[in-house]
Amino acid sequence: MTRITGDSLAILFRNRLAAVGFLIVAAVALAALVGPWLVTHDPYAMNLAERLSSPSNTHLLGTDRFGRDIFTRILLGANIAMRVAVAAVVVAFIIGVPLGAVSGYKGGWFDTLVMRFIDALLAFPGRLLAIALVAAMGTSFFTLCVVIGVNAIPGYTRVVRAAVLVQKEKEYVEAARMAGESEGRILFFQILPNCLASVLVLVTLDFAHAILLESSLSFLGLGFAPPAPSWGLMLSEARGYMEIAPHAAIFPGLAISLTILGFNLLGDGLRDVFDPRQYES
Amino acid sequence: MAAYALKRLLQLIPVLLIVSLIVFFIVQLIPGDPVALMLGEEQRDPEVYQALRQELGLDRPIHMRYIHWLARVLQGDLGQSLRTRRPVFDIVLERYPPTVYLALAALVLGISIAIPAGMMAAVKQNTAYDYSAMLFTLFGISVPNFWFAMLLILWLGIYLGWFPTIGYAAPGTDFLGFLSHLTLPALVLGTDIASTTTRYVRAEMLEQLRLDYVRTARAKGLPPRLVFYKHALKNSLIAAITVVGLQVGRLLGGSTVVETIFGWPGLARLVLDAVYARDYPVLQGAVLLLAVGYVFINLLVDLLYKWLNPRVRLG
Repeated sequence: MTRITGDSLAILFRNRLAAVGFLIVAAVALAALVGPWLVTHDPYAMNLAERLSSPSNTHLLGTDRFGRDIFTRILLGANIAMRVAVAAVVVAFIIGVPLGAVSGYKGGWFDTLVMRFIDALLAFPGRLLAIALVAAMGTSFFTLCVVIGVNAIPGYTRVVRAAVLVQKEKEYVEAARMAGESEGRILFFQILPNCLASVLVLVTLDFAHAILLESSLSFLGLGFAPPAPSWGLMLSEARGYMEIAPHAAIFPGLAISLTILGFNLLGDGLRDVFDPRQYES
Repeated sequence: MAAYALKRLLQLIPVLLIVSLIVFFIVQLIPGDPVALMLGEEQRDPEVYQALRQELGLDRPIHMRYIHWLARVLQGDLGQSLRTRRPVFDIVLERYPPTVYLALAALVLGISIAIPAGMMAAVKQNTAYDYSAMLFTLFGISVPNFWFAMLLILWLGIYLGWFPTIGYAAPGTDFLGFLSHLTLPALVLGTDIASTTTRYVRAEMLEQLRLDYVRTARAKGLPPRLVFYKHALKNSLIAAITVVGLQVGRLLGGSTVVETIFGWPGLARLVLDAVYARDYPVLQGAVLLLAVGYVFINLLVDLLYKWLNPRVRLG
């Protein structure tokens, strides 16, 4: 396992696919950050005279069934998608990483308990846990982030636990112990920084998962409520009009796919750089 | 092997207990009074209210309620649907066949694409063939199921009119209708499975081709075809079983959107309908049975893998 250095970034960008992934991710992140200031149309203003119009100079990607500008809504959708993804990854990170770290370092009954709990979380196939949780907690931005985050916890716990199991046998840990450092300091300041490379890979791939899950939930009516410009919701709304306005069903889907592609390419590239042995696992 | 199977079976007990705890507590998270919800607006009689509260055990502390619920579940009693008043167990059982048909069709389709595609990609590594196979896997990973489904509906369903875009026909009564309804959803899920599995088969095959036994087989003059198909492929497939097993889980729970879009009356659709109708006993029962089913499928896959792979069996 490699630590994150300037060299590893150079290696990353030598991989052309990873560089493409980085560019896509950067574009989406930029759209999410400055998109709200760039828009020329009101994303919520209905204009029934222009409903379902095809792409044109005034409406770059056409309009939806309420005459709202699709380009504007996709641009603002980037903001929604990224906000949920960041929050969900933060939730998964702050719960999953310490759990995995302590579990791997301490071992014993705590480890057994945590791992059985993680197994149980993984026993819910696919999006089922997310759907059940949303059903129970109701739909809100907060719930979505928690639900998507909870879905990602097992990944962090397992990866960090595995990395800690390897690191804790190394000499520097013994050296730190000899120097009289406390167990907590050794774990969080010596061992954990050496595990972050694998976590970085996971974070990148989890952005893709989070965006996919958010759009699926919104598509099913369990995520953002109208008139929010969530990509999944836009697709769901376009379903009834596909025959007369295919553009309304195509562009939001392209936005989701490209964004997920970007994060996947970047994540795969990072995995090659930081842990070649893990490749394809 | 039997000892190993028994050990894995015993390990499942705590996992299943925690699964049941999660399922139980998810429903407890629901805000509001379940009794009022069950009785609806029209029923405000305090005696009826108290009777139902007692029947549901809501007057007891939560851990007692969990134990009571678990005891009933273990006897096959998952409660009654709030909407139809029918036993949840029967409702869930009815919805199993459509989900299983769809899952099987998608698995067969996915595997029959993935094995040749992944194998050829590895054998012809770094050629145009390999790149197009990798492009296909990237497509599968990046394109959401529900969008791909919409595109297929638009193209094969609406423009070309080849397949119905929604609905279901029971295979027993109208087999051709069943097949034509099955095609589009199976294509969506099958492509998803094919893309992930292709990537895995390719990686496994590349790994195998690097190993000593392949070099030995080649050195002793076996034709390359035989080395690829008989030796390397066989070993790659054993490893691919694990990934296919994981796909079954994705098919069980991940087909929610696909079943919704195509109006396929399966289990995933049942879960969603229960969510929309706030039919919590059905939600609880369906989620529990899906999770338990998945746990056992994983166990089977694990045992099969061990059985086929003596190195792991000994280890």
